[in-house]
Amino acid sequence: MPEIQTPSGSDAVRIGVYVCHCGTNIAGTVDVKALTEYAAGLRDVVVAREYKYMCSDPGQGLVEKDIAGHQLNRVVVASCSPLLHEPTFRRAITRAGINAFFLQMVNIREHVSWVHLDKQKATEKTKDLVRAAVRRVALHKPLQKRKVPINPNALVVGGGISGIHAALTLAEAGKQVYLIEREPTIGGHMAMFDKTFPTLDCAACILTPKMTTVVSHPNIKLWTYSEVVQVDGYVGNYKVKVKHKPRYINEELCIGCQECITACLYKEGKFPDEFNLGLSKRKPVYLPFPQAVPQKVVIDPETCIEFKTGKCKKTCIEACGERLAIDLKQKESFEEIEVGTIILATGFKTFDPARNPHYGYGRYPNVYTSLEMERLVNAAGPTAGEIVLRDGKRPKSVGIIHCVGSRDVNTNRWCSKVCCMYSLKLAHLIKERTGAEVFNFYIDMRTPGKGYEEFYDRLLDEGVHFIRGRVAEISDWAVHPSEEGKLVIRAEDTLAAFVRRIPVDMVVLSVGLEPQADAQEVRRMFNISCSTEGWFLERHPKLAPVSTFTEGVYIAGACQGPKDIPESVAQAGAAAAEAMVLIDSQFVELEPYTAFVMEEECSGCKSCIPLCPYHAISYLADKKKASINEVLCKGCGTCVAGCPSGTIQQNFFEDQEIFEEIEGVLAYA
Amino acid sequence: MLNRPTTEKLPGQDFEPRIVAFFCNWCTYLAADLAGTSRMKYAPNARVVRVMCSGRVDPQFVLDAFARGADGVLIGGCHPGDCHYQEGNYKMLRRFRLLKRMLHEMGIEDERFRLEWISAAEGDRVRTVINDMVERIRALGPLDLSPQQEVFAEEVPV
Repeated sequence: MPEIQTPSGSDAVRIGVYVCHCGTNIAGTVDVKALTEYAAGLRDVVVAREYKYMCSDPGQGLVEKDIAGHQLNRVVVASCSPLLHEPTFRRAITRAGINAFFLQMVNIREHVSWVHLDKQKATEKTKDLVRAAVRRVALHKPLQKRKVPINPNALVVGGGISGIHAALTLAEAGKQVYLIEREPTIGGHMAMFDKTFPTLDCAACILTPKMTTVVSHPNIKLWTYSEVVQVDGYVGNYKVKVKHKPRYINEELCIGCQECITACLYKEGKFPDEFNLGLSKRKPVYLPFPQAVPQKVVIDPETCIEFKTGKCKKTCIEACGERLAIDLKQKESFEEIEVGTIILATGFKTFDPARNPHYGYGRYPNVYTSLEMERLVNAAGPTAGEIVLRDGKRPKSVGIIHCVGSRDVNTNRWCSKVCCMYSLKLAHLIKERTGAEVFNFYIDMRTPGKGYEEFYDRLLDEGVHFIRGRVAEISDWAVHPSEEGKLVIRAEDTLAAFVRRIPVDMVVLSVGLEPQADAQEVRRMFNISCSTEGWFLERHPKLAPVSTFTEGVYIAGACQGPKDIPESVAQAGAAAAEAMVLIDSQFVELEPYTAFVMEEECSGCKSCIPLCPYHAISYLADKKKASINEVLCKGCGTCVAGCPSGTIQQNFFEDQEIFEEIEGVLAYA
Repeated sequence: MLNRPTTEKLPGQDFEPRIVAFFCNWCTYLAADLAGTSRMKYAPNARVVRVMCSGRVDPQFVLDAFARGADGVLIGGCHPGDCHYQEGNYKMLRRFRLLKRMLHEMGIEDERFRLEWISAAEGDRVRTVINDMVERIRALGPLDLSPQQEVFAEEVPV
């Protein structure tokens, strides 16, 4: 590593300014030549250059060569957002032997060329910004990143296919993983499906082996029916508080024999079964579904007679006998764990079609959501895979309506991406099992993916009907004898250019995907952001799709946006790999933007102490001065702005540096 | 030592307001980046100074900006409850309220000093806020710190 030069006070500041064209991204709106000439005339600027792609190898080489050739000790790069390429250029100037923090980036792409049309005004703005950066960079001080050790344990939140895959990948690599799922079983949405598109392999066959591996893996600590309630700390060193909800069963002692379920006073299931979306009934003591992992029953206190009246014979406890697994006095408990990295795989929820009342969901019993249909076609579902109407009869005709709660300005604008394909899959399964006529109503058929278009072709050959048009209404209003007792789908066939009325026995609403109802609370807890739609926001849509703006927190699967199973698994693997990069590097480098007290000037007024949310500031009673613990300081700078005597400074954001920047942008006269 | 430049500051339709915008690194700066990647178009009058948190904005920065010729100062932070540093934006809010009163006393119109919560997802809000602010300040005309104010700015011998 080259030795770091620190220009002492007497060393003259020598600045190089580099203006990037970014192809035509910047050069198309900004007069880069004029900007470069302007920059060359600024104080302390020794050299100013423009180049087509500054971030490219030759572009970085240009900077490195000039640092050596012109003895530069400060660099200003006017290009894209610092969040994209600040690290790139910091590395470049470090290679050339100057401190990484002798760099100032000027964002003339995202903040100028992409958002303005007037070339002259845009160029003026870039001049102001470059001038400010040149003035600021002259004051920069050499800084070193802080190194902190990383806790090798990882936390995965959410036990759907993404969370399972991420946890297994980490565990296989020898990392200790905590997998936390709020439902009583892992498996997520995928466990509810019968077949998966386009290969039609059974979801359970590919998922349940992974589920059982999770529960038996020595490196995975699985906590179901548990939720994260608090997250503290920082990258590599998170403290996470987990709430275990009472399932009224001692998980250590329950062997999953289900004798308690048989013994329950209710002879038959009486309460809507959550896993089957209310299509079947369960008892107060139940196993979510036969392949649930872990194989531990749950008691629902809302419906259990003992919890409601205290007067049950408690036949379940009798049946459990010596195993003593039933514990009706169980209380919720909390546990604190320490992890270095976190993967969020909290998934999605499906659109509630009651928000589209013209489709009659909830009003007409034979209007189902696609997820309910998944349960109906599932061999382990409420009808053992029989596709039947509410009255038990087989449907002779079925309408599948795409884009319910997707691509609709009144509900959700986005394409939910998976609905076309799962609608095709359901169409195939319905046709195969019932021989019914199946009508698909679609806006556009979206089948990008390996083998997806071929699957669509196959369905066309199978004789499934496709009608291009958004359905206007579903009603039971018959205007023709053939429509009596049927659900009539009214839609404009936009290819044939007339309005069709199609009577069917059963309607499936292909509901779109939405962020989880509590996505906002979850993201606040983990200190990450959401996109406008409410999906978790990735650090970069292309180059950092599983990272977030909070280091050490990654996202995988449909919590980031609608995704099918292959994509979710790929992302989960990527998130696990990213987490492993951190874990295996053993140390993480933190930005040195911490605050410090210039002790001699501190009056000991203690104004700063309550301002710090991290309790990083303490009062040294002997010296009567404030003192900042650099390890705890996260570098927000609130205390710096709050110090009445200007005694606290923040690295890289010192008062004088910011004043220079302010005065720089305004010094246009 | 106020040296507010007076050239280019003639009222009339040629007046282009100068706005200094302090954007926090985690929400509003990202929102401005998003506005860029979404190619939203807005007035080229704001100059963004990046700070890690809106809580870092020292009232002196605002005063200095006005003193050096800004016609408006905009501060952008995370929504309440969303601060990357837990509560820096609340600290900013407190300072903002006090500072606004003080600026008002100094004759600086309310429209010239603005605090906005803009999350990383709200690129569109960057556009509307900046456009709106530019229009309001354009209607007000250049900031005119009256001569009395300049007297106050002289060093007072103690």
